[in-house]
Amino acid sequence: MQIYLPIADLPVNIFLVLGMGLAVGFISGMFGIGGGFLMTPLLIFIGISPAVAVASVASHIAASSCTGAITYWRKRALDIPLAMMLLSAGIVGTASGVWLFTLLREVDQLDLVIGLSYVTLLTAVGGLMINESVQAELRAHRGQRSTLRRPGSHNWVHGLPLKVRFKRSKIYVSAIPVWGIGFSIGFIGAILGIGGGFLLVPMLIYFLRVPTATVIGTSMVLTLVTMASATVMHAVTNHLVDALLALILMVGGVIGAQFGARTGQKMRGERLRLLLGLLVFAVGLRFAFELVVQPDDLYSLRLVGKP
Amino acid sequence: MGRHALTLTLSGFAILCMLAPAQAERLVVSLSNHRVAVTSNFTGEDLVLFGTIEPDRPRAALRDAYDLVVTVTGPRQTLRTRRKERVLGIWVNIDAREFVRVPSYLAILSNRPVGEIAPAETLRRLQVGLDYFLLPQRIGPDTADTVRDDPFRVAFVKLETENGAYRESASAVTFLTPTVFRVAIPLPADTSTGNYAIDVKLFANGDLVARTTSALEVIKAGFEQFVANAAQHYGLLYGIVTSLMALMIGWFGSVVFRRD
Repeated sequence: MQIYLPIADLPVNIFLVLGMGLAVGFISGMFGIGGGFLMTPLLIFIGISPAVAVASVASHIAASSCTGAITYWRKRALDIPLAMMLLSAGIVGTASGVWLFTLLREVDQLDLVIGLSYVTLLTAVGGLMINESVQAELRAHRGQRSTLRRPGSHNWVHGLPLKVRFKRSKIYVSAIPVWGIGFSIGFIGAILGIGGGFLLVPMLIYFLRVPTATVIGTSMVLTLVTMASATVMHAVTNHLVDALLALILMVGGVIGAQFGARTGQKMRGERLRLLLGLLVFAVGLRFAFELVVQPDDLYSLRLVGKP
Repeated sequence: MGRHALTLTLSGFAILCMLAPAQAERLVVSLSNHRVAVTSNFTGEDLVLFGTIEPDRPRAALRDAYDLVVTVTGPRQTLRTRRKERVLGIWVNIDAREFVRVPSYLAILSNRPVGEIAPAETLRRLQVGLDYFLLPQRIGPDTADTVRDDPFRVAFVKLETENGAYRESASAVTFLTPTVFRVAIPLPADTSTGNYAIDVKLFANGDLVARTTSALEVIKAGFEQFVANAAQHYGLLYGIVTSLMALMIGWFGSVVFRRD
């Protein structure tokens, strides 16, 4: 059944989009991520312009992270003060991201920047995840115990001033890296149409030593608020949010996430991380391929305005 | 004084009559639908234009063979055509040209290839055919159309043709009898909303012998119109409502699938 998208200005098959929402929702529920880095490329692939895809996916991620955040909130696995501090910087990051997004669109380089950033981010993060989980698998194979987090282990981040204590996460860290992380996630999310969960979780674990009990819930709160505000900002500045497209994606995503979460709970953590790493890496390679291989048509069109 | 003016007017009229081409035909056309509504299940629409060739005066002779060219132009828009080049191994948009106020839809429909209907000079003067239609580009401070084999112009027409927005069809006009014709006007699924102009030109032996115009309007209807309008004019409210919708669906999902 075809349905006409009012902002993207093209008809799409409603079941195709719903199916994409379900599939990405399944993956996001399984790995505890937003899934924007999969959804945005998929939408571009079915012919929706990158700008509309990025802007509409923001609201889709807001919906799926809302479900997640409520679930973690019920389990009391949230660190609200930490989330608030990340957020204060995250909003600024999102606003800067939306501003740069508009600027890049003006100078015809948005697609390039989206492509390059995807390649760099996804191959790097995917590579690290694969490396780490393969080593963990090997250790498990050799019968060694994996190294547990040592509460006393400190890195250079812990030497910074402006220290704040977060009771629920049981950490005592400087506010500077917290703001830095919040800002960069908001910024990247607004430009690339990704929630940034797959970046935020490792950052919180490695830099701030946030325990695994609260890390996913906290990251979901941050994703929820940055993506909801990105939706509003994209709607105000670029008028590119397609509410109908977002609605179909959300419904699929929320349902898919539930089934994904059940599948994910049956798998071992290392195995899960390896799979996610492979997925992230593959999407990164796909983007690299597109940048390097000569396009079918060297020319492309962009609408400037309707007089 | 008054008589003098009358003589002047009359002689002026006589001169005008002599200068005007001796038109023996006129066109009568009728469009199947003057208003096309884009609704949620819109996947394009085919309009039909019917028409006849009639003698201008009673018992004036008609010619043996006619050719008909119908040019449909959609609402104007400005587009940038960008060209990629390889820089350090990756493909980057390097050069761009702006096509100013060009039609968002352009169909040139005829009964045989326009090149066979009239000589190139006539086609150029009347802007008939994709090769001769005026597509102004911004070049420096002013705008002008380039030569028709300009690489940006060629790429622009090719991309628009691939999108289904521009088309040149030599079989869209069918003569039912030597003087009655039917024209199929295909509107694609991503048709822009706005006013469309239809220009009907009748040729005989390579010369323009009659011309008439018609128009149609494409509007977004119902929900589509509401959403597009809200997004364009009430951006903040639209964004907030979309965000709230996301939160509602997220919350709903967590309630429906709650397992404790």
